[in-house]
Amino acid sequence: MSTYALSDAATMLRRDFRHLRRYPVMTISGIVTPTAMLLLFVFVFGGAMSSGLGSNASYVNYLVPGILLMTLGSGCAATAIGVNMDMTEGVVARFRIMAISRASVLTGRVVGSMIRTLISVVLVIGVALIAGFRPTAGPIQWLAAFGFIALVTLALTWLALALGMAAKSVAGANGSTLLLQFGPFISSAFVRPATMPVGVRWFAENQPFTPMIETLRGLLLGTPIGNHAIIAVAWCVVIALGGYLWARLAYSRDPIRSQ
Amino acid sequence: MTAATSTSAIVATGLRKSYGEKVVLDGIDLDIPEGTIFALLGPNGAGKTTAVQILSTYIGADGGEVRVAGHDVARDPDAVRAAIGVTGQFSAVDKLLTGEENLILMADLHHLGKREGRERASELLRRFDLVEAGSKILSTYSGGMRRRLDLAMTLIGDPRIIFLDEPTTGLDPRSRRTMWQIIRELAAGGVTIFLTTQYLEEADELANRIAVLDKGKLVAEGTADELKRMIPGGYIRLQFGDAAELSAAASILGEVSRDDDALTLEIPTDGGVRSLRALLERVDDKNIEVANLIVHTPDLDDVYLALTGHPVTEKEPAP
Repeated sequence: MSTYALSDAATMLRRDFRHLRRYPVMTISGIVTPTAMLLLFVFVFGGAMSSGLGSNASYVNYLVPGILLMTLGSGCAATAIGVNMDMTEGVVARFRIMAISRASVLTGRVVGSMIRTLISVVLVIGVALIAGFRPTAGPIQWLAAFGFIALVTLALTWLALALGMAAKSVAGANGSTLLLQFGPFISSAFVRPATMPVGVRWFAENQPFTPMIETLRGLLLGTPIGNHAIIAVAWCVVIALGGYLWARLAYSRDPIRSQ
Repeated sequence: MTAATSTSAIVATGLRKSYGEKVVLDGIDLDIPEGTIFALLGPNGAGKTTAVQILSTYIGADGGEVRVAGHDVARDPDAVRAAIGVTGQFSAVDKLLTGEENLILMADLHHLGKREGRERASELLRRFDLVEAGSKILSTYSGGMRRRLDLAMTLIGDPRIIFLDEPTTGLDPRSRRTMWQIIRELAAGGVTIFLTTQYLEEADELANRIAVLDKGKLVAEGTADELKRMIPGGYIRLQFGDAAELSAAASILGEVSRDDDALTLEIPTDGGVRSLRALLERVDDKNIEVANLIVHTPDLDDVYLALTGHPVTEKEPAP
């Protein structure tokens, strides 16, 4: 079967593209939340927020890396919902009893979801530039930033896939990704963790979103990255691997939908 | 029962499956020769779908051995999958794609190649009367159209063995006829068909052999004629205008069951026109007026009552 694994994955990806093209609302809705947050925090809370950053710091510049992470979280919600619909609406039942590589079904799905999420990221960057985002990154830093975003997307998408398959309903799939969608709130996305109460601060400094945001911030705005990059990449590897194994397990397990 | 293993499409021995405390299949034995139509007859909740799910490698059994197309479903599921096609009770189609896109998706997954895949897709659209609907999104399809597309998707890979789980449940009579015709054509082409149904009529119309499933056990197996011999046959119920005519008719018809309150007689029959005509002639010769006539043919309820001793009990609807 392995000889066909690649072409099966490509077939699954084509299917995903068809959905994407025909129902662009899935991609559009993925950027609604992060865009709303961006505009809200820049134009409504921006004045108050920037006073906490010290002089001359532009809050929109501080905010955008975290908003980009939120965009990935929203993309994951769409992925989990899409996968769950597939699982509950029968077409995956057909794939299961065909002699096709099971990994292909998942891989095609992941690549499709990644592409959709990355399109959202580009759109949100566009909105951010209009809103006054002025990154200092040169071409190399931009390239590194995109590579890093792709890596984080890969990790979160595998996790979202597993969450979507493990959930019993579409609503459950959406609910299970809330942590990914709103996790950036208690990180360095909106304010510096140093301003937070001790317990919350400890969480914000040690949860995976903070090193990811700091790495992105460093690449786009030239702030010090330190060991954030290595910690972020390590988190990505752990999340991607865990998500992949969980997703495979969820796909192979007997579906308990008998009657 | 005389089929040698080498020509068996499906062989199951001692097949068991439970969900928690609930025993769904309690030791099922099957031997289905290649190229035949086999019907598994039973009401909702009898375990029909579970049987199909196990035979088609969708879920695992708790016990017993199953060989489909010569391969063990547990040890070599991919070899089984390559030989079978399954169309379930609930359409396994991609609702966001068009009919044609669904077929091409299946063709791609069967690695048919671009041109052959397209040709096969349009051929199947023609054969299943879906040419016009082919370019439309599935949400616009009727139930019958979806079921036909579902079967067409199953046929893309040219399976040798096809499982049809309640292929006509929920279809209108015309769509049901169409589906029956398609199933007959497939069988004529040498495909082995395993179908489940709630309707004795459907099993009777299509199947070479019928097995009756009740509470996870096979309670009878045989040809349609063999099964019908095991159950009380049909009867003709005659109703008369008054007690005198009822008595007169009863005296010439002999051994019949008589209901004096309803003014009816029930006469056993084989359901044939000849016996009906003979009966009416006998009544007519004596100038007895028949007020009303009903021909009752055996249905699933009769089969159930006769074979299991209890009527068909509807299970709660599926979750």
